Amino acid sequence: MVSQPALPMVRLPEFRSHKLPQQVPRLAVVFALAAVALIAARYFLIPDTFGETGHYRAAAVDSIVAHPKKFAGQQECALCHGPIMDERLAGNHRGLACEGCHGPSAGHVANPVEVKPVIPSERDHCPRCHAYNPSRPTGFAQIDPVAHNPLMPCVTCHNPHAPEPPMVPGSCSACHGQIANQKAVSHHASLECVTCHTAPEEHKTSPRAVRPGKPMERAFCGGCHAEDAESPRNVPRIGLRTHYPQYLCWQCHYPHYPEAS
Amino acid sequence: MMPTDVPNTAGPSAAEESKRVDRREFLKKCGLAAPILLGVVRVPLLEAQDSYDPSEHLYGMGIDVNKCIGCGQCVAACKTENDVPLDSHHFNTWIERYFIRTDEEVEVDSPNGGLDGFPPKAFEGADIRRTFFVPKLCNHCAEAPCVQVCPVGATFTTEDGAVLVDDEYCIGCRYCIQACPYGARWLHPETHVAAKCTFCYHRLVDGLVPACVEVCPTGARLFGELEGRATPLARFMRFNDLQVLKPHLNTRPKVYYANLDGEVR
Repeated sequence: MVSQPALPMVRLPEFRSHKLPQQVPRLAVVFALAAVALIAARYFLIPDTFGETGHYRAAAVDSIVAHPKKFAGQQECALCHGPIMDERLAGNHRGLACEGCHGPSAGHVANPVEVKPVIPSERDHCPRCHAYNPSRPTGFAQIDPVAHNPLMPCVTCHNPHAPEPPMVPGSCSACHGQIANQKAVSHHASLECVTCHTAPEEHKTSPRAVRPGKPMERAFCGGCHAEDAESPRNVPRIGLRTHYPQYLCWQCHYPHYPEAS
Repeated sequence: MMPTDVPNTAGPSAAEESKRVDRREFLKKCGLAAPILLGVVRVPLLEAQDSYDPSEHLYGMGIDVNKCIGCGQCVAACKTENDVPLDSHHFNTWIERYFIRTDEEVEVDSPNGGLDGFPPKAFEGADIRRTFFVPKLCNHCAEAPCVQVCPVGATFTTEDGAVLVDDEYCIGCRYCIQACPYGARWLHPETHVAAKCTFCYHRLVDGLVPACVEVCPTGARLFGELEGRATPLARFMRFNDLQVLKPHLNTRPKVYYANLDGEVR
């Protein structure tokens, strides 16, 4: 009974002293070491320029930019080869850069005397673009390399800097062979292309810029197919005012291969 | 008469004399001023040429499928410019040939990526309904999956919109190759780092166009700024219905196609 109140009275001031518990400084040391290790790891592991401009090493862009150029660009060619450049820009190869045929020429720009670009004059160069291939877009100039003036280098007849077809296509089937073949076995076999189409002369040299025309009114087809048309009796007839009057005829019927009746 | 005449013709008065600049004096002053004036004009011009600020640009490419003739010049030029191995497995850009047959089957081929052109192909059974070429390359997506998955930050998007690879930092883990929905990434067989089309970034900073655009003979490929500048690409984007590849993936490609067939994947 006597010693019971004395015990807590003695211990409490000891507990309230400013001495830290042992585990706190120990933990603090551990945390400090971990922090130092983290900072050290970051210092050594993260590259110098990482994060300057984004989540990547900014210096990487410099090494990518330092990659040597092989193609000089046609602006460089124009500095010395002005007249040829002018000739090309006025002709059908205006969109084809010099290095498209002459190959990468940055070396020639750096040392024009010793390094010479290739001058392709063999017959197998031009067909890379101009050999017939059904996947190529309609109207792009194509030839059959087997049948087209065999063994003659292309440059004998064509100036590669301003190529012109030596003669414009003689007939529509030169380019539109598929349509010509289909029409040949159809009821319209006897009709010329220009019976229905207007074909401006410029279409032969600039097929995409100048387009041929096609009939834009029903009365044109009605010239043969209307009920009162003056045409052979076996030509099918239709009432122009009653048969789907809001459509042009070729919106439903394919004139190059009209339905067999 | 003479004494009064001479001063009148030679020099009117002291005040007027001081205002007058004789020819020698004028030329001297011009000579002094010339370097200053030219200096003021030239210095900003030189600076503009020297330093490249990526934040002023946003690049994109336009491809007109109707104009591609499948010559393969772009593939060859890209391999040369970027030191891509000349085998038939590694391409930054390649050309695909599509055949849509009358029986609705779609055939796609790309012999050697189109590097040597496309030999004629024989068909059995069905006829060809449509056929065309589609050039392909890295789409430099605004939300690029390959950038997203790179565990070390070696694939990144620059401020001007190009998706590039840090050769020295890439660990060759191939995650990006798996992630790219366009098959545009490949592992370099010698350096063992993931490689890709850079839009020829080393050419862009000098104001040149990528090598594939430079050599494209028909203008099927166009390159330029996507925002705020008068370029052929801006006109291309204004006057064509544009498509991108796999739009449902929300990768937001910066390679825009015109006249793209619905069958193209």
